Amino acid sequence: MTYKAIITIMPHKELLDPQGKTVKKNLPNIGVEEVADVRIGKHIEMVLEAQSDTDAKDKVELACSKLLANVIMESYSYQIAQQ
Amino acid sequence: MHVGVLVFPGSNCDDDIVHVSRVVLNAKVTKIWHKASSLTEYGNFDLIVVPGGFSYGDYLRSGAIARFSSIMQDVATFAQQGGLVWGICNGFQILCEAGLLPGVLLPNQNQKFVCKNSFLKCKTSNTSITSEIETGAVLKIPVAHADGRYYASQEVLSELTANDQILFTYCDADGNETEEANFNGSSLNIAGICNKERNVFGMMPHPERASEAILGNIDGKAMFDSIVKSLELVHS
Repeated sequence: MTYKAIITIMPHKELLDPQGKTVKKNLPNIGVEEVADVRIGKHIEMVLEAQSDTDAKDKVELACSKLLANVIMESYSYQIAQQ
Repeated sequence: MHVGVLVFPGSNCDDDIVHVSRVVLNAKVTKIWHKASSLTEYGNFDLIVVPGGFSYGDYLRSGAIARFSSIMQDVATFAQQGGLVWGICNGFQILCEAGLLPGVLLPNQNQKFVCKNSFLKCKTSNTSITSEIETGAVLKIPVAHADGRYYASQEVLSELTANDQILFTYCDADGNETEEANFNGSSLNIAGICNKERNVFGMMPHPERASEAILGNIDGKAMFDSIVKSLELVHS
């Protein structure tokens, strides 16, 4: 079965996110004011073959925990749907 | 002394290490392609260097993909058996991603690639790469990185301090560990650390670029001299 996982990886809240900070600082340049916070992470789409929902989840979890995210600096979440 | 230098796609400081080891230290040097499955195919090593560069184009995170190259499994075993492993710049990032050193290297606080001379304060003489450097000595060593902001949890930072695992901190020319000198925003101004067992080392600055008089700076040579001395002691 074919599954698609939508994975979101974000830097931990307590960490300085220089990209987000720079974007926030410059949003007024295009007239967007009063922005309280901007944080920038990663959006990953992964299409995979798996035997079952559980198998798909196991594969995505392994990919996230071992490679796609470094839990010292980031957290991850995902949604998986059969295609 | 036999030095092994790992080579990943995108490594670009491997030849600098080869040059310093061979010409300045008169050591035997072997380059090891990252797809090799074991170090022993290439001989017996006293030191494995994970050099600087941009392995796998820094995709995903610096060092994140290189750390799963097949040779890294054997490098971990080599380290567990007490072998000396030294990661410089991208090598430091790879060793952190591999879990051989604690913490992680984040993008520089100012979002810029910083290429300049930095001043480092030696925090301990009690390692194989700092034994010939006095604690408190200030060295001028170049840096060239975009992801050099060392970060670890408060708990890990306390452990690093308590166990004397901080090798170098960023400081000014007079040795003051100021906020201004900490150009990349590292926790505790950290520029280099070692593991608890004191045989795995990681640092962002490049001593291999400052080890010959012709380059105008030999401050980095003391680290290579320290390794040579330490190995002489082990073998004598």
